[in-house]
Amino acid sequence: MFWDDKMTTDLEKVKEVLGPKKQFVHGDTAVCYGALLAGCDFYGGYPITPASEIAEMIASLMPKVGGVNIQMEDEIASMASIIGASWTGAKVMTATSGPGFSLMQENIGFAYMSETPAVVVNVQRSGPSTGQPTLGAEGDMMQARYGSHGDYQSITLSPNTIQETLEFTIKAFNLAEEYRSPVFLMISADLGHMREMITIPDEVDLVYRKTPKVPPEEYVPFGKGKYGKEKVPEFAPFGTGYRTYVTGLTHNEFGFPATDDQQDHDKLIRRQIEKITDDREKLTDIEERMMDDAEIALVSYGIASRSALGALKIARDQGKKVGYFRLKTIWPFPKKKINELSQKVDKIVVPEMNTGHVYHRVKEYADCEVKLVSKIGGEIISPKEILEGV
Amino acid sequence: MADENEVDVIDGKQLQDKYLREEMMPHIFCNGCALGNVLDYVLWAVEKEGLDMDKTVFLSGIGCSSRIPGYINADALHTTHGRALAFATGVKMANPDLNVIVFTGDGDCIGIGGNHFIHALRRNLDITVIAVNNYIYGMTGGQVAPTTPEGHIGTTAPYGNIEPPFDMCEMAKAAGATYVARWPVFRPHQPINSIREGIRNKGLSFIEMMSPCTTAYGRRNRFRKIEDLWAFYEDKTILIEEYDKIDRFGTEEEKEELDDKIKIGVFKRSTRKPLEERYRDLLEEFK
Repeated sequence: MFWDDKMTTDLEKVKEVLGPKKQFVHGDTAVCYGALLAGCDFYGGYPITPASEIAEMIASLMPKVGGVNIQMEDEIASMASIIGASWTGAKVMTATSGPGFSLMQENIGFAYMSETPAVVVNVQRSGPSTGQPTLGAEGDMMQARYGSHGDYQSITLSPNTIQETLEFTIKAFNLAEEYRSPVFLMISADLGHMREMITIPDEVDLVYRKTPKVPPEEYVPFGKGKYGKEKVPEFAPFGTGYRTYVTGLTHNEFGFPATDDQQDHDKLIRRQIEKITDDREKLTDIEERMMDDAEIALVSYGIASRSALGALKIARDQGKKVGYFRLKTIWPFPKKKINELSQKVDKIVVPEMNTGHVYHRVKEYADCEVKLVSKIGGEIISPKEILEGV
Repeated sequence: MADENEVDVIDGKQLQDKYLREEMMPHIFCNGCALGNVLDYVLWAVEKEGLDMDKTVFLSGIGCSSRIPGYINADALHTTHGRALAFATGVKMANPDLNVIVFTGDGDCIGIGGNHFIHALRRNLDITVIAVNNYIYGMTGGQVAPTTPEGHIGTTAPYGNIEPPFDMCEMAKAAGATYVARWPVFRPHQPINSIREGIRNKGLSFIEMMSPCTTAYGRRNRFRKIEDLWAFYEDKTILIEEYDKIDRFGTEEEKEELDDKIKIGVFKRSTRKPLEERYRDLLEEFK
């Protein structure tokens, strides 16, 4: 095995490879730094604007920390390779943009069905199709929720600074390990290519997937979790003698196909969804500013939330009672928080770099007026445009 | 080369008891299907090579042949259609200590998985690929495949296939496999020896098994009985050594007959450093 399989990460070595504690870097670099700090052992990727810098930097850094990097033949294969690697016990990541994210959806579905920990970074650009390859957008938010076929629950994070991009990459790895699930880190090309000062953390709390402690004959690979969450079964990496059969078919708790039983499917899929939705409150992560007396709330996320912050300042200067309510976790959707918010304010304004992905979810759970301020075309939505919505 | 005079230490029943998952039985294969034979040959090879089943991973894509790993008591990844080799690349690159054996079918390997196939060959990871060719999409009911012979009937080629078929072994040779062989299932010894050689070969070994599908292919193509299909295979195939001899020294008449033949045998034995070893060398530079 190339990488350390003892489920520990040599943080000192990683920090030595990353260099100075304070650096002026772009979002794609921050993703790489976060991945290495999280103990990423394996990266499988394919070049695509505006995420190529992640593959390039990983190619340069990964051998220095003893991890594996491979450039696959396409994004379908990238996703496949990281799932294969994850089943050997490795912490894994791939990064892409819209067109590649579309190609990955098939094997993302496989990762959900097989409960494989994996981090997928999407540096979003305008679509559909080839769209505007070099310009930013946040038009894949619903694809991160419903992109693959069938029923599943996504965990999707959306940072808005370069520092947060680094921190959320680590968080994405931890959540992937904790819930045995793919986790999406969604940034836009604007964040991917924007430079800000970052501080590399001294200490990092890391999570490793739970492995079985019972002998192989007592191990139930897709049954109840024994040492952690009940709905998250323990994970026995390939080569450890547990002889797990992993399939994308509907399977029973032993992992064997159970394709013609309604109850087996229902039980499996509902457990896979509930292992995440049961923790909806815990996964909810919201930043609030000036919400105490707010009558209008700007519910934003990602790069649009930077402009929302500008809009907040201008509005407050003008004496308008506007508040800032930023979603850091998009999926599972913080429906309770949104509903509570709608009881407090008269109006919610949702600025988005798409035609209204999160807006519809907000509207679903809000009891007040909800207004969408949408901008597409590769220019970041401006504070002025958001204020027009207010 | 495998030692052909070796005495079997266990019999067929013991082999099954040792390697199969009883809880997965009965299997899904049709009467007359040869996938059971292919599974048997692989298990014999695994037994004779003494592979540690705790350190061996079987992968597959989608299709009848891709169901094989489910019956073997070992770690297995039954993946998406055509992608088994891409998953296998991840497994082997992440943990080169594992033995990796991939089962795939003709549609899985060279149809939907063609791109992954050529790049896996190019990378030459130390894995063994068993491609079961039945000339048809069997699991979905007999649609024409990229390997279906010209003129033959599939449900999506009801008037006969007008496309030229793909030769997976030619592709494997050209794109960089270090061991390439093709055998019909009705000869047990040669395939077992080839799989053994494939397991021993340090690089990508590609073994095509010609395996008849009676249900979805045979009955629509005038092979009403399994014997007819096996006779067709016997009649159609020619050992590569025999083929080369006729090609070089045969009469014009004999040479003409070659056009209609499918070559079988070991097509390639070569040495090339597998990708995981190249990566190991790279890592050494940073130690």
